[in-house]
Parts: sequence; C-alpha cells; structure tokens
Amino acid sequence: MSAEAHDHGHEHDHEHEHHHKDTFITKYIFSIDHKMIAKQYLITGIIMGIIGIVMSLLFRMQLAWPEESFKIFNVLLGDKFAPDGVMANDIYLALVTIHGTIMVFFVLTAGLSGTFSNLLIPLQIGARDMASGFMNMISYWLFFLSAVIMLSSLFVEAGPASAGWTIYPPLSALPQAIPGSGTGMTLWLVSMAIFIASSLMGSLNYIVTVINLRTKGMSMTRLPLTIWTFFVTAIIGVISFPVLLSAALLLIFDRSFGTSFFLSDIYIAGEVLHYQGGSPVLFEHLFWFLGHPEVYIVILPAMGLVSEIMATNSRKPIFGYRAMIMSVLAIAFLSTIVWGHHMFISGMNPFLGSVFTFTTLLIAIPSAVKAFNWITTLWKGNLQFNPAMLFSIGMVSTFITGGLTGIILGDSTLDINVHDTYFVIAHFHLVMGISALYGMFAGIYHWFPKMYGRMLNKNLGYIHFWVTAVCAYGVFFPMHFIGLAGLPRRYYTNTNFPLFDDLQNVNVLITTFALVGGAFQLVFLYNFFSSIFYGKKAVQNPWKSTTLEWTTPVEHIHGNWPGEIPHVYRWPYDYSNPNHDVDFVPQNVPMKEGEEVLHH
Amino acid sequence: MTSLLVIIVLVLLAVALWQLTRIFDLTQVGSSSDDSQVASDNDNNIQGYVMFGFLAFIYIFTIYGLLKWGHLALHTPASEHGLLVDNLMNITWVLIFIVQFITQGLLYWFSFKNRGHKDRKALFFADSSKLEAIWSIIPSIVLACLILYGLYAWNNIMFVDKDEDVIEIELYAQQFKWTARYAGKDNVLGKANVRLIEGVNTLGVDMSDPNAQDDIVVSELHIPKGKKIHFKMRSQDVLHSAYMPHFRAQMNCVPGMVTEFAFIPTYTTAEYRELPFMIEKVANINKLRAEKSVELLAKGGTALDPYTFDYLLLCNKICGASHYNMQMKVVVDSPEDYKKWLSEKTTLTQDIKAAAAAEKPAEAVKAPTTDSTAKDTVKAVIDTVKAVVAKVAMK
Repeated sequence: MSAEAHDHGHEHDHEHEHHHKDTFITKYIFSIDHKMIAKQYLITGIIMGIIGIVMSLLFRMQLAWPEESFKIFNVLLGDKFAPDGVMANDIYLALVTIHGTIMVFFVLTAGLSGTFSNLLIPLQIGARDMASGFMNMISYWLFFLSAVIMLSSLFVEAGPASAGWTIYPPLSALPQAIPGSGTGMTLWLVSMAIFIASSLMGSLNYIVTVINLRTKGMSMTRLPLTIWTFFVTAIIGVISFPVLLSAALLLIFDRSFGTSFFLSDIYIAGEVLHYQGGSPVLFEHLFWFLGHPEVYIVILPAMGLVSEIMATNSRKPIFGYRAMIMSVLAIAFLSTIVWGHHMFISGMNPFLGSVFTFTTLLIAIPSAVKAFNWITTLWKGNLQFNPAMLFSIGMVSTFITGGLTGIILGDSTLDINVHDTYFVIAHFHLVMGISALYGMFAGIYHWFPKMYGRMLNKNLGYIHFWVTAVCAYGVFFPMHFIGLAGLPRRYYTNTNFPLFDDLQNVNVLITTFALVGGAFQLVFLYNFFSSIFYGKKAVQNPWKSTTLEWTTPVEHIHGNWPGEIPHVYRWPYDYSNPNHDVDFVPQNVPMKEGEEVLHH
Repeated sequence: MTSLLVIIVLVLLAVALWQLTRIFDLTQVGSSSDDSQVASDNDNNIQGYVMFGFLAFIYIFTIYGLLKWGHLALHTPASEHGLLVDNLMNITWVLIFIVQFITQGLLYWFSFKNRGHKDRKALFFADSSKLEAIWSIIPSIVLACLILYGLYAWNNIMFVDKDEDVIEIELYAQQFKWTARYAGKDNVLGKANVRLIEGVNTLGVDMSDPNAQDDIVVSELHIPKGKKIHFKMRSQDVLHSAYMPHFRAQMNCVPGMVTEFAFIPTYTTAEYRELPFMIEKVANINKLRAEKSVELLAKGGTALDPYTFDYLLLCNKICGASHYNMQMKVVVDSPEDYKKWLSEKTTLTQDIKAAAAAEKPAEAVKAPTTDSTAKDTVKAVIDTVKAVVAKVAMK
C-alpha cells in the first residue's frame, strides 16, 4: 500500500466519524472496526474453549472411572453414545479428536492470535485500523462459519470425526474403518478449509498492516514485542497453512473421487479397495508441515503478550529486546524445518530422522534465550502482581517445565519408546496448551480495560490463577509417569491390560485435578462477563504502560485517536529510565535534550 | 456413585470459595484502600509470598511424584539396544532436573524477592551481551553433546547390517489384531499383497513365490533370546503402530509399504518375571486386582484373574473403535525352546492344503449368519470377514 493510499485512508476515517451513525448491525455484527472484531474473536474463542474443556473433562472421567455410569454422560451425549450413562468407545475417540481440534485451532489460534493481533496491531503501531477492515470482517465471519460447521458435525448420525486431530488416513478416509470417517469427517474437512481461508486473510492483513501503517517514528526496532510476535506468527501462518489446505483437499479427493494420494493396498471389511500407489506417510509430511509450525503459531503470540506484560509489571525494560526479536525469528525459521520429529517412527528413512533430531534440538537454544531473558527481566524489578503478571510468570514456568521434556521427545532415539504415550500428552499440554492459555489469560486480564473500558476483579483473578496453576501441574506432572510406564494415548480404557492396573490411581488423581481446575474456570467466566457490565470503570492507562494503545480514549472510537495519531520517539520499554523521574516514559514522549539511548 | 459425590463436593467447594471472595471484596469497599483493581502494595506482598509457596509446591510435588510414581516407569530394558536408550534417557533426565530446579527456583525466587513496593525503583537493565552469550553458548554445547550421543544411538538402532545373521519375522496388523509370519527354513519371507488374500491365506502371501512355501503364520509371537530379530511390518487397512515397550521398540505399520525394526532380546520371559522389580510390580498389581475383585464380587460380578507378567505388543496408533484392545502376547524363549516351538508349527502351504481338504466338510457347515445386533465394530468386521472367507472357501 502506498503512502498516498495511507493518507487517503485517514481522510476517509475522519469523514466517516463525522457523517455516519453506526447501526446495531454495523457496530456489533458486521463491524469493520478492529477493536470490535477482536472482541468477536475473543467471545467466540471463549465459547469454543468452554466446549473444548468440557469435552476433555468428560473423557478424563471415563479414563479415571472406566465404563462407569454417569448421568451427565447420558444428558450430554444422548442415548446413542452414552446408553445408561456409560460412554461408548466411538464417542470417546470423537471427544478426543474434537477436543484437540477445537483447542488447537479455534481457541489457541483464532481465539488467541485473532483477538490480540486484531486488538493490538493498529493500537500499538499507531494506525487507525487494519489495512483492510473489510477483509478483517470477512476473516472473522469465515472463522465463525467454520466454528459452526465444526460444532454441527457433533450432531450427524454416525458421530463427528474421530480419527484423532491429526486425521491420518486411511482411518480418516474410510468410513468402513471408523464411523466418524463418514459425514463427520467431511464436515471436519470443510470446516478446516474455511478456517484456513479465514486464517490466511487475517494473517495477510496483519503483515500488510505492520509493514505499511506504522506511525511516524515507529521503526521496526521500536515495535513492542507483541507486534513482533504477531507479525512473525502471521508469516509462519501464511507459509504453512496452505500446505494443510492442500492436504485437506487431496484427502477430500481420495475420500470422494477415488484418487489414491494417500491410500494404497487396502483390504477392509472383507474386500480389497481399488487404491494403489499412494502413501499415508505423504499425508503425515503435509500435515506436520503445518502441524509443527502451528504450535509456534499458538505459542509465539503468547510469548509476545507475556514479554510486554512482564516488562510493564516489573517496571523494567524487557531484558535483551534485540535478542528476543532474534530468538523469535530463529524459532520461526527452525519451526518450518522440524516437522519430521512427529514422524521418527512413521516408516520414513531413519537418515531423515537424524536430520530432524538435529534441527529440533536446535530450537532449544532460542527457547532457552527467551526463558533466561524473562527471568532476568524479573531480577531487581519492582514487580506489580496484577493477575496478568501472575499468568505471565506462570506461562514462563510451564513453558520451561514442558519445554524441557521436549529434549526427550525431540531426540529420535528416546522418542521410540515414548512416542504416542501419555508422556507426549503431558509435554505438549504444558509447553503449548497451558502456556498458551496462560498467555491468553494474561492478555485478557491486561487488555480488558482497553477492550471494555472496565476493570476485571483482581481478587477473582488471583483465585483463578492460583487454583489453575496448582491444577495444571496436578494434571500434567503425574501424566509423565504413566507415559513412561508405556501407556498409549487414545485408549478408551486400559482395563484390558493388567500390566497397567497400577496406573489407575494416578488416573483418578489426574481427573480430580482436572475437574477442580475446570470448575474454577467458572470464576474467570463470571469475572469476565459480569465485569463487562458491572466492572469498575477503567482509567486511561491503568497499568502505567508506555505503549501507544494507552494513549487512546477509554471509550472506543472509529479511528482510535480523536485527533492526530501520536508520533513515536523512543522504544517501548522505557521503564525506570534513570534519565527520568517517573518510572515510565510513553513512546510518544519526545527525547529530552541530550537524552541518551540506554539500550541496544 | 462416589465419583458423583466427589464432583458435587468439588462444585460446592467452588461455590463456597466464590462466595468467600465476594465477602472479601465487600469488606474492602468500606476500608480506605482503593478499589482500582490494580495491585496494591498489600497485594504485591501477599502474592509474593504465595509465589514462594508455589515454588515449594513445585519442588515438593516433584519429589513426592518421584517417590510415589517413580517405580511405575518402565524398568530394566529387555533388549540390547534398550540399554543404550535408557542410558541416554537417564543422562537427559539428570540434565532436565538440574535445569528445572535452577530455572524454576530463579523465576519464583525473583518474583518473591522483587515483589513491588511504592518506594522501590526497578533497576534499568536493558541488555548485557555477556549474559546473553553465556546462555546461548552453554545450551549449545550441552545440546551438541546430546545430539551426538542421540544420533550415535539412533544409527546403531535403526540401520540393520545386511550381512548380519538375523531372524526375519513379519508383523501383520489389521483392525484389531496382530499376526506374525516366520520366514521358515530359508529365512526369506515370501512376497505378499493384500490383493492375494484368500481363504486361510489371510495375509495375502504370494504362494507362487518359492520363498513363501515354508512361511509359517501364527497368532502368538515367540522369539529367541540373544538373536537379532528383524521385524518387517505391514498393515492391511489403516495405520497401526507396533509398540513393544519392554524392548524399547516401536514402528508404524503402514498400508502399502513395509517398515522395519530390529532388536536383540536379552531376557527370556521366565527370566524377566524373576527380576526383583518385576516381582514387586506384579505383587502390587495383584494386590490392586484383589481389592477390585472384592468390589466386583460384592456387586455380583466375577473376580479378576491374578496377573502374571508377559511381554506385549500393543497398537499405539489410533486405528478404530477397538484400538484400545489390539494386542499380542510376545514370548521370549531360550533358543532351544524357540526351535522346538517353531518346529511344531505348520507351514502356510500345509495350512492351505488342509483347508482345501476340509472344503467338503466346510460346505456342510452353514455360512455363519451375520449378527445384526452386533454392537461392536470389531464384531461386525470379524463377521463380515468370516462370511467372505466362508464364501471363498465354498467356491
């Protein structure tokens, strides 16, 4: 976009303010205002999150008390899938599959990145809106449509997709192999294709906006780390999501038009199928070419949010700003060449396994840099323990705990025996699931005043954090042990293996922690929804932050700033700068005469 | 029912806590403290101490976990390369625990130590090339060592020397059972393809291949101690994964291709059962099973059988409704016992002949009627297969 168009956009916005009145529909539903779209993403993400978490609680109950009767199963799953309140094994696999899909894509990709990229990119770089507000609106509504289709698949007769969230063919391709691979899988694929279209539109918008619409003085090295991570995340998304789309399309071809991209030599239900020459391993490559970058699409924005919140609440600059940017870039680059570590034992050439072990373990280096930089940011700070800060510290903690076991899983030799066991579940839930959720919660607690002009209740926030923190460790720490005992994931029950009988008590403990942790999310929901209406009114800059979003008025207006867009004169982390008496200097405050820049 | 009670208690607990905070909020309204919902010095102080408490929780929970559940992890490996794997695993664990201990300690200690106070001013400390170099270089060196050791082990395990004296065995996966095929006297497996599945030749072995004539198909896997076993894996329908945790062995079975994995078993089943840790583990499991049996009998069910250890082959890649019950017993024999066991088995050629001879009696037997009330997909699949097999046999 040229500078000319940029200026034109501003003029247009001003006119817009003066001459148009928003109707209910253009303001709350088909809005093109990035702040409203961010809220739409957030609320949709929260609703999907509730569904995803309830699903996990249901199958955790089945794992702790296998084949026991619970009235709630019958109420939620119906007579077909839970006759007499006993969960059927078909629906168990469906719950596992849809839980994974919802949490990874709908909550932690769209809900997290969609919310905060939309909210913060224009506000923090000093832009009136996204480069294309219209495309932004389409992006949200496609996401909404894909969510509706995904949820509608829960109601088809044979049940939703149940081949695991990785939908490896042939299981996902053949309805003879599992009932969920009928209409349920078709809907899954359609939903995902639409989701990818939505995600790509969003990502392109973020990239263009960051490159072209920065305010005067906002050079790339004065961007807050949030923007850096959103920017890099969008680039990874644009590179890798189309590959998943191609995999989904080829799978649709195999399923519906008889092609053999992923299928070969299959004998099922008493007959030989015509497929010849394809390979499921090809699908695995295509899937994980997105699938692995996807975990960074999930975790990088959380890292950005946490960096920003930690600096603000430590009243200190983030330690090693440039190193943080470099490590994000390094992680992004490496993330696209490590996908094979999901496939060490898939039957691909073991030599490839060596290569992927090497690239995978390299990721530990930029990750270690980030972790140590966060810890150093806390050192000699003046820590303000707002709920957002607690979640940020919690995120660093779970990221370290979960990340360290990655050294085991990333090493092909060690992966042989823990691959697809509960050890993997423990690892990725801590390092990307819980960490990203913490990042999202931190973001919500921190930017709620910006979104709704009101404050969240801090005491409820404290309770929410501490119970969640204890429960998260309570769920996933013991899970490492049952994984090391060799218990495979995605087993409906392990009662058929007396060998695993001694793991049952651990499973009960895990489920108990999960139920308590799940129940306490109600505290958050109550806090969130009641504070929208009854929360304490927020002041303009409640956390005394330096970034531009806090220079906008509390009441949202189209175009963000009533007058001129502020110019930027300094980096975003001038906290406790010894040249100034106040402990924070916003980015739009000009340098004092003779003031030196005190950072690289 | 108890579980339902537990849930009710949990929910009530949640409600109680919720109410407590509301009371807490209400008491603050009247006091002089502000209700800006921004952390006050008092909050910083309390949360700082809780941070410290949480650090203690992580440390204690880790130690408790290691003591309480440490014994659950797989113990002595039953294969030669397993020692290499476990050695690397132990080194990695030591490293992980050291790093975890230090970093979590620093994180929460700094949080406690630097809890905010209005009279404090934070130190402006933006960067330090020296520090950043330290924590880029140290992980690089440590990881380089791990990568080298890992790759050395990986290459040792995964590449089977062509000239090596090995026993070739095929593992054949289908929903939801395992079958094994031995190469026979020539130690070469005959060619196979699912398109050749017919009658008792359920693995689709190409009977025109001379190497296939002496192949032996069995449903229980026996392997001799001390010999390298070269497994070749196939699947007839969907992805499966042949997982033998005690041997530290796993490989996916992929329709349309042959995958492989090789190892040398080092303990016979009998020897492994006698290892002290295993005696303890089995005793513990049997204690739990006895308790469960009492419960079951009280409900009018049947008691559980006591457990004796056997090596297992499990399916570890989601493969359908009965994925959770796809297993095969693995028996490690002494070489003599293995020879004896194998010599008693009939070859596939003999099986096919026997089936042909039984063709007439087979005709007399009515084709099994498909059970329309079959609840389980397994059952349905098995029934269809049976029906087809019977049809083919009648032709």
